[in-house]
Amino acid sequence: MQIEKERHVLVVFPHPDDEAFGVSGSISTYIQMGVPVTYACLTLGEMGRNLGMPPFATRETLPEIRKNELRAACEAMGIEDLRMMGLRDKTVEFEDDEKMVQLVTDLIDETNPSLIITFYPGYSVHPDHEATARAVVRAVRRVPEADRPKLYAVAFANETADELGEPDVIHDVTAMLDRKINTLNAHASQTVWMMKEMEKKLADGDSEAIERFAKEKFYSYRWHDDFEETF
Amino acid sequence: MEKVNREELQRHIDSFAGKEVYLHLETTNGSYAAHFNEGFFNAGAFIRNVQVRYELGKVVGDSPHRVGLKLPYGWVYAQGITHYEVDEYGRLLMAGLDSSGKLAVALELSETPFAY
Repeated sequence: MQIEKERHVLVVFPHPDDEAFGVSGSISTYIQMGVPVTYACLTLGEMGRNLGMPPFATRETLPEIRKNELRAACEAMGIEDLRMMGLRDKTVEFEDDEKMVQLVTDLIDETNPSLIITFYPGYSVHPDHEATARAVVRAVRRVPEADRPKLYAVAFANETADELGEPDVIHDVTAMLDRKINTLNAHASQTVWMMKEMEKKLADGDSEAIERFAKEKFYSYRWHDDFEETF
Repeated sequence: MEKVNREELQRHIDSFAGKEVYLHLETTNGSYAAHFNEGFFNAGAFIRNVQVRYELGKVVGDSPHRVGLKLPYGWVYAQGITHYEVDEYGRLLMAGLDSSGKLAVALELSETPFAY
């Protein structure tokens, strides 16, 4: 399907690299179309487990490494408006829920997006993903229905297909594969072992790998089947 | 970080004994453990910037080592420590990494608070 032109796209994820595999091709496409993209990244992935063997980082140096990787990834996608929101990895769900909604509301008020991309609440596995998704849905729910931006959500829990069916938004980002590979490679501390295999599959023309890599899939948030009645 | 040399690590642990130190202690299986292995019971714990003063600290066992700190009214210990370093700020960073380099446990001591 054709990627629709937007006024402004707001991307909200908790970890550097959350955008890389499933969304970076779409982001690059928007940038190429001249659509401004704001990427709010809530933490620096301070609690990432991969320190390497032999180790290339410590628990205390990892945040700086991932901050630099995030900046390089934004450069690869062409994002000029990166917001690092200063929360700590694995603590997002323990923050005050209203404060989290306000954080997203402030971003919406400032950037006036026509599209927001985040995770799907209930189907995004990691507690930080879930907390981010809840905050975004709550903030958007407060926008009067006529003015609401579209909400595309990434879902990858094991039960997703059974419960949500197939994603309704599929972006073919074949034209952006180089940028997508560069984005993934920018997050080297998180992706280096995966990328070796991935780049080989792509180079060999592995059709399943290319399909998975070139198609970015989203669910339009189902307001008629909201994850909660009110907040 | 380097692989633990028990005598050297013991000397570093001794050097923090009797001082008011900030502690980071963490155990983790990773947030995706139950996603990749359904039915896996995922448990972990995390404390950061809690102040303690220990009178005795010991590294015990072959690698992976156990490190225990005896407090006036309690204990701290970590199991599975494989690597450590004293960083540029004089902090003692100990970690237990599995064979693929993934952190499973961390125990860190510092005379100044760790970043947020």
